[in-house]
Amino acid sequence: MSTETLPDTPPDLPGGGRPAEAALDALESEAVHIFREVAGEFDRPVILFSGGKDSTVLVHLARKAFWPAPVPFPLLHVDTGHNFPEVLEFRDALVAELGVRLVVARVQDWIDDGRLTERPDGTRNPLQTVPLLDSITEHRFDAVFGGGRRDEERARAKERVFSLRNAFGQWDPRRQRPELWNLYNGRHRPGEHVRVFPLSNWTELDVWRYIARENIQLPSIYYAHRREVYRRDGMLLTSGPWGGPREGEAVAERTVRYRTVGDGSCTGAVESEARTIADVIAEVQASRLTERGATRADDRLSEAAMEDRKREGYF
Amino acid sequence: MTRERSHSTVDLLRLATAGSVDDGKSTLVGRLLYDTKSVLADQLDAVHRASVDRGLATPDLSLLVDGLRSEREQGITIDVAYRYFATPRRSFVLADTPGHVQYTRNTVTGASTAQLAILLVDARKGVVEQTRRHAAVLALLGVPRLVLAVNKIDLTGYDETTFALIAKEFTAHVTALGYEESAVLAVPVSALLGDNVVERSGHTPWYDGPTLLEHLETVPVREDPDDAPFRFPVQYVIRPRTAEHPDYRGYAGQVASGVVRPGQEITLYPSGLRSRVTRIDTPDGPLAEARAGQSVTLLLADDLDIARGDLVGAGEAPQVTDELDATLCWLSEKPLRAGARVLVKHGTRTVPAIVTELSALFDEQSLSVSETPQALSLNEIGRVQLRTAEPLPVDPYTALPRTGAFLVVDQADGGTVAAGLVGAPLPVLETRRALVSPGP
Repeated sequence: MSTETLPDTPPDLPGGGRPAEAALDALESEAVHIFREVAGEFDRPVILFSGGKDSTVLVHLARKAFWPAPVPFPLLHVDTGHNFPEVLEFRDALVAELGVRLVVARVQDWIDDGRLTERPDGTRNPLQTVPLLDSITEHRFDAVFGGGRRDEERARAKERVFSLRNAFGQWDPRRQRPELWNLYNGRHRPGEHVRVFPLSNWTELDVWRYIARENIQLPSIYYAHRREVYRRDGMLLTSGPWGGPREGEAVAERTVRYRTVGDGSCTGAVESEARTIADVIAEVQASRLTERGATRADDRLSEAAMEDRKREGYF
Repeated sequence: MTRERSHSTVDLLRLATAGSVDDGKSTLVGRLLYDTKSVLADQLDAVHRASVDRGLATPDLSLLVDGLRSEREQGITIDVAYRYFATPRRSFVLADTPGHVQYTRNTVTGASTAQLAILLVDARKGVVEQTRRHAAVLALLGVPRLVLAVNKIDLTGYDETTFALIAKEFTAHVTALGYEESAVLAVPVSALLGDNVVERSGHTPWYDGPTLLEHLETVPVREDPDDAPFRFPVQYVIRPRTAEHPDYRGYAGQVASGVVRPGQEITLYPSGLRSRVTRIDTPDGPLAEARAGQSVTLLLADDLDIARGDLVGAGEAPQVTDELDATLCWLSEKPLRAGARVLVKHGTRTVPAIVTELSALFDEQSLSVSETPQALSLNEIGRVQLRTAEPLPVDPYTALPRTGAFLVVDQADGGTVAAGLVGAPLPVLETRRALVSPGP
């Protein structure tokens, strides 16, 4: 864990909001406690890993929870095929460093054998649910860690830390279990599984402050870089295997960064000069938009877009 | 290197809101978020658009929090929503809980970790059945402070007498539940118009107390006392068995109460074996001490047989017993009857148990108790006797909530069917016990 040694004095972060140190300690302890509960009570847990900042923080917390033993879970990446190359590179380096098993579910495989059909708009974010659920069944995963946070979106704000899914992977928000004190109930019947969200009580700013404090490496696209982008639905998209600009959509090179990492076809960049973690924290504090509002076309589909996807078994 | 870490969370207030249907709770939460500028532009745009779609003249702030489709359709809150906001003085984790009686179990979820609860009433209706039910649940769970928000005060013409009568009735009720008067504050508010939520109202010159937010920012937060007995449920045994750490054996867990330092003599429960803490380990280096809330790994001097489910303790001993005298808040549609077989989850241990006796049923409306009820139904609070398959190390909930709390779990479907509290956290239940078992 050479990269994770803490500096004696935490970096001087821009002020405002929570007294960072105490709050981060409490959030870290809570997440570590959740990881250990799952390790103690489940047979086949897995960590959902997208290469984004939240799942990278999850993996970091898992390492801390079981140190000096290795992380006792594999990682599962649902690969839309619409990846940023920087993110795949990052994923493979992290897996090699951790020495854990990586399970990849490729959306392309499901399209190729007819279990899924490509959408007319070309985005594959909503297509991830089926490969995710199929992989959970195939590998008999009984606990699935996700990086979801309650501050992200209104439906997520209603999510329990331990969230039971039926044999079809569905979430029924009206039948959630009471979740009392810090006693998490992970009992489930064969075929059911539990989604576990150790970052439930973190905000975007907490995540960034923690990344700064723990010196956690992220894919380079989280920091400002020059990139060719075009504007669609108010978002800055980039060309890739998922396609490029349509007629009339002008391409220009700009200095941008990503606030979230998802399917390349629907994840937008934001114009930004934030090249360091401290710059990003300052930017997040000053932002007038949520990260999903700023960058995710998939959440703009309807008032209840996230709830509908979650009911079907989405992350 | 030994690292000291601050572990104080006094600048974070965990609060819950409760009220009955149509009291305007989501609007109040929306108002708090809006007036503290915790709402970002895209969220606000979404609310404006949705409000216009619904034909409303002003933005409906409740749409900021009612996140589920059925909640927006019915205009009610079904499940707990967690909200995070901060002011320069303090940051807040707010659990917005439902008002409908059917969803009281979700109120229990939100209140179980709260340090303060805001109870809403409609100024035109005053204290109603659901207010008394929620107050009882909050008292049972030991939520340290209450705020009564007398909402829609604008609709009474900002009438001082109306407010005073409601405040008086509520205070009488909650002091009977065991609250000190100093732990309770009543505030006249209009969530819709913003009176006394964040901004002081010009319409209530007769009210000289703080606004709701001023109170939330300044109310003292109870810290876990350092002199409490040490409790540490073992979650997981860390044994790397790697070349680098061939013989490492650490006990991972989160300190439930008290403080531990290297050299501390400890007792293992339920076995009663004794040892000494040699090191408090973390990936960032060993610690000089660990306190309630911290996740750490303990290394002990002796090679004992310790597994998940064991409790490491020091100071006053817990009671190790297979006969639990406890209070339940029943959360399942299927009523509990004597003789039921259940699972009890206490700390990191889950054991089968039999409910041997339903000894008392608490009527939260009249604050009275009836003896040996036939059943405990949804949302009812009762005192029970349980026999567990293995002895558990327990503390009274009022003394040490983390080791005095347990879940009752349905054996068949695994659902959580009750919140369990060791002993009788409500004074009225305690009184009844004194009547049946005459003591010194």
